[in-house]
Amino acid sequence: MPTGSDAAGATATTAGGGDGLFDRVLAFVGALRNGGITATQSEAIDAVRALGEVELLRRSQVREALAACTVSSASDRRTFDDLFDLYFPARRVPRDGDEVDPDLLGGDGEVDDDAFTQALLDALLGGDESAIRRMARQAVDAFGRVEGRDGQPSFFSYKVRRALDPHTLLDTLLEARGATDGDPAVQRLLRDEYEQRLDEFRKEVDAEIRRRAADRSDDLDDVATRVVRPSVDEVDFFRMTATESRELRAQIAPLARKLASRTQVKRRHGRDGRLDVRRTIRRSLATGGVPMDPAFKPRKPHKPELFVITDVSGSVASFARFTLMLVHSLQEQFAKVRSFAFIDTLDEVTALFEGREFDEAIRRMTAEADLVWLDGHSDYGHAFEVFHNTFIDDLTPRATVLILGDARNNYRASSSWVIEEMASRARRVLWLNPEAATYWGTGDSITGDYTRHVEEMVEVRNLRQLTDFVQELT
Amino acid sequence: MSSFASYDDVHDRLGGVGYLTDEPIDTVVWLAQQLGKPILVEGPAGVGKTELAKAVAAARDADLVRLQCYEGLDEAKALYEWNYKKQLLRIQAGSADEGFDDVHDDIFGDDYLLERPLLRALRAERDTVLLIDEVDKVDFEFEALLLEILSDFQVTIPELGTVTGTRRPFVVLTSNNTRELSEALKRRALYLHLDYPSADREAAIVRSRVPEAADALVEQLVRVVRSLRALELRKAPSLSETLDWARTLVELGFEQVDDAALSRTLNVALKYHQDMATATKHLQVSPRPELN
Repeated sequence: MPTGSDAAGATATTAGGGDGLFDRVLAFVGALRNGGITATQSEAIDAVRALGEVELLRRSQVREALAACTVSSASDRRTFDDLFDLYFPARRVPRDGDEVDPDLLGGDGEVDDDAFTQALLDALLGGDESAIRRMARQAVDAFGRVEGRDGQPSFFSYKVRRALDPHTLLDTLLEARGATDGDPAVQRLLRDEYEQRLDEFRKEVDAEIRRRAADRSDDLDDVATRVVRPSVDEVDFFRMTATESRELRAQIAPLARKLASRTQVKRRHGRDGRLDVRRTIRRSLATGGVPMDPAFKPRKPHKPELFVITDVSGSVASFARFTLMLVHSLQEQFAKVRSFAFIDTLDEVTALFEGREFDEAIRRMTAEADLVWLDGHSDYGHAFEVFHNTFIDDLTPRATVLILGDARNNYRASSSWVIEEMASRARRVLWLNPEAATYWGTGDSITGDYTRHVEEMVEVRNLRQLTDFVQELT
Repeated sequence: MSSFASYDDVHDRLGGVGYLTDEPIDTVVWLAQQLGKPILVEGPAGVGKTELAKAVAAARDADLVRLQCYEGLDEAKALYEWNYKKQLLRIQAGSADEGFDDVHDDIFGDDYLLERPLLRALRAERDTVLLIDEVDKVDFEFEALLLEILSDFQVTIPELGTVTGTRRPFVVLTSNNTRELSEALKRRALYLHLDYPSADREAAIVRSRVPEAADALVEQLVRVVRSLRALELRKAPSLSETLDWARTLVELGFEQVDDAALSRTLNVALKYHQDMATATKHLQVSPRPELN
């Protein structure tokens, strides 16, 4: 329902200081572009036209209208929503303290922790989304505040999390619903459902914190650049939150499918191979023996044999995980995929990935494979020597070797002669490094020793770079 | 009944033909009509992308023209083709004193033109919804042809001249996102990402499509399906699977989704053995002996 507090049109003028809706939309489109969404000029025009067709007092309509015109892939939507909240805030952020319900305040005017927790639990149990959101906003006000030096308060989600621990909340919720006994399936479902509600709560806390940050600053465009989170496929493998990691894993399968179909198209559209005499003669019968329409044999696609040698020590584990996952989902695009993992010694792990669920494979890899020799710190030199002793004869000119790791060798010997040997036997040797290229060769990183022998050392820090690389490989 | 009168009209009339919408869908459908732009719908399989076009057609009482895309689809299959056989017959049946020009004018006339879906939608007299299904399957060349048609709603047939649509069809393109569509195509269309519906909406959809199912059953079922979607499965159960599952449970006479119901009917929602194993473990259902 159109209410005053929900009016996007009205707030457009309040938050930015006097500019009209039109200017606000243009500024918003500009922010989208800065955020990495390619909103073209014609899309901006459409967006303005679209606003003429919807009720400006209904914020969600305005949001969906702008999204339909400017966003053109699902992964951009997150950035869009963040920025929309900034440029078209749902309501004015209240000034100090008046956010929290008076019922939840103790006698001294401070927030009563127990009462607040109880109210939050009630909201979560009820499952009404708007109630959960309202509690989230209040929680930010009540617990998230940190007084800055200049007297301006800032808000942080970790403060909220500390005051209202999600795990404790979940346990309390489950207990309240009596889910600790009874049917295990029912328990599981309840747990899933409450986890989703808690997730909703957490998201709204984050959103509220962004809104407050926006409200404090006068320069919206400046806030926009700070607020925009990189899209999931640009998040650094090293700095990934658990949620982002989950989102990313969900993207791997569709991505592999997409890569595979692209490769097939590429292969089909490649030039034809040698003349197919048999089919040409056959066809020529239709034209009285004159071969007017020669037939060619399709070229045999080159399918590389892939040897993936990956460092799975703590520092690069998440990167190794994603690469292994992607490579194994693309198995059909390669003649053969063999995987080797190492920490300070190396073992083949190919069999673990065959027809098994990926998490399981990773778990068994750490449990069963023989990866630690001495102290469990990365030792590239020793791992490569082991590879040389056991597997070097398997490398043929059809093989492509992928080495994954940051080449941080804890000041041990590099044994780069093994790489040289690999390069002479295999078709290509490529190195994927999850570290930013500017840090290569600093500290205990010995990239220099290896780059001399590999065809290329590629910086692969996020899913997008990984995708580009794999696409080039197939 | 023809065009939608207002934003709320979209919601009510789509709901009236059994397609329950949410705000993004209403907005995009309304804008598509008002701005005369195609809709590009993306999303996982089985969330009602194709169904949306059918619902719009039903709600507007319009004809639905469907072009199913596949690799290798070309102009002759999608746009128009000359009826060679008929032309040949006409030439053979022609009298000797007929001049070349007469024959030429005759055999390249409307009678010898085979209309394919795109041309049919362009020349339709009645209100038409054009559904271009799985547009991500077509080749790049064909995408370029689509661009021309979707931006100007006209095509040029060398022998006949330019055919301009009598009225703009309402165009819905669907994509399963197996490849990235060209920027140009995306720019010309309103983008709609259809995702799995929210719990309330999914329950409402199940109730409207499977009215025999008891409320408690629907609620439990939706909860189970949502929990399955959070798992890492090869093929997560979609809205259409939820509906199938609901029908199955009703058919088998289950009053609630308990251990027995799950272990007997989980295979309706999940298509891979691997997924079954994951789900069985997650929900701690007793496994079916015959499936092992």
